Amino acid sequence: MKSLSYLAIGILFGITMLKSEAASWFRIYEMFQFQSFHMYGIIGVSVVLGVLITALIKKYKIKAFDGSSIEFNDKDYSIKRYLFGGILFGLGWALSGACPGPMFTLAGAGFLPILIVIVFAVFGTYLYGVLKDKLPH
Amino acid sequence: MELIYGPWPWYIGGIMIAIVMFLLLMMGKTFGVSSNLRTLCTICGAGNKSDFFKFNWKTQKWNLLVITGAAIGGFIATNFLSTDMSIALNPATVENLDSLGFENAGASYLPAELFQFTSIKSIVLLALGGLLVGFGTRYAGGCTSGHAISGLSNLQLPSLIAVIGFFIGGLTMIHLLFPLIF
Repeated sequence: MKSLSYLAIGILFGITMLKSEAASWFRIYEMFQFQSFHMYGIIGVSVVLGVLITALIKKYKIKAFDGSSIEFNDKDYSIKRYLFGGILFGLGWALSGACPGPMFTLAGAGFLPILIVIVFAVFGTYLYGVLKDKLPH
Repeated sequence: MELIYGPWPWYIGGIMIAIVMFLLLMMGKTFGVSSNLRTLCTICGAGNKSDFFKFNWKTQKWNLLVITGAAIGGFIATNFLSTDMSIALNPATVENLDSLGFENAGASYLPAELFQFTSIKSIVLLALGGLLVGFGTRYAGGCTSGHAISGLSNLQLPSLIAVIGFFIGGLTMIHLLFPLIF
């Protein structure tokens, strides 16, 4: 039952990525050209609602479906890893037009060349794991 | 029915993403897709090469189910919820892309010039893009979902730094590197 819930949430996410066009390479290009409000609208609305949801859960100590308390972990502070990692991610995001979620959505949608992106994204993560201790964090 | 079959407006997309984040929080989890790339490394045996991949991947089974769902969602949306997959781009964007060699930008969901198996250049570029996404997202500790949505929603300064990084990288790629690549 729990497995089915995760699958259903994923399906909702996938349909949203495809239908909102957030999975389209063209929309990502247009966003970085500042030629459309579309992507900023999507991210903006989800962040504004996300801030509200997170604040309400904390304020009213809302419990998860199974009754456990909902935890929010603060991220360790640093500048280097977020800035350097973020820049590398941004270069790849703009080139491939896909972030990790939409990659899988596009594969399901039948755009098979995206499989190249997925395989190399897994390989890129592997390279990070191997080189991690040599990188500034 | 046009509401479902046509492209969804930005506010619907934004609301739906917030709902996905909320549902995962209510399941006691966090919305963050890129962790799956690390889990896939572990499943492939990367634990032998780096301690970074030594963890019980079954604790991440739920997240693998989310991306499996994301793929199924892509299939459903394309085959049953869409009549037209074209993207209504800004005419200026179409013109920019035309000058880079992308014909009829927006007529299809993805540019055929890049997403193909028959050109070495396309394969190399897709591979490079994937490599940067996979490496960068783990280096930064998250991607668009983990930092831009979950992290910013929890007012995390590190996430804001990461998102600024995403934009520095994206703007550099499109404004400085695209004219050299395409």
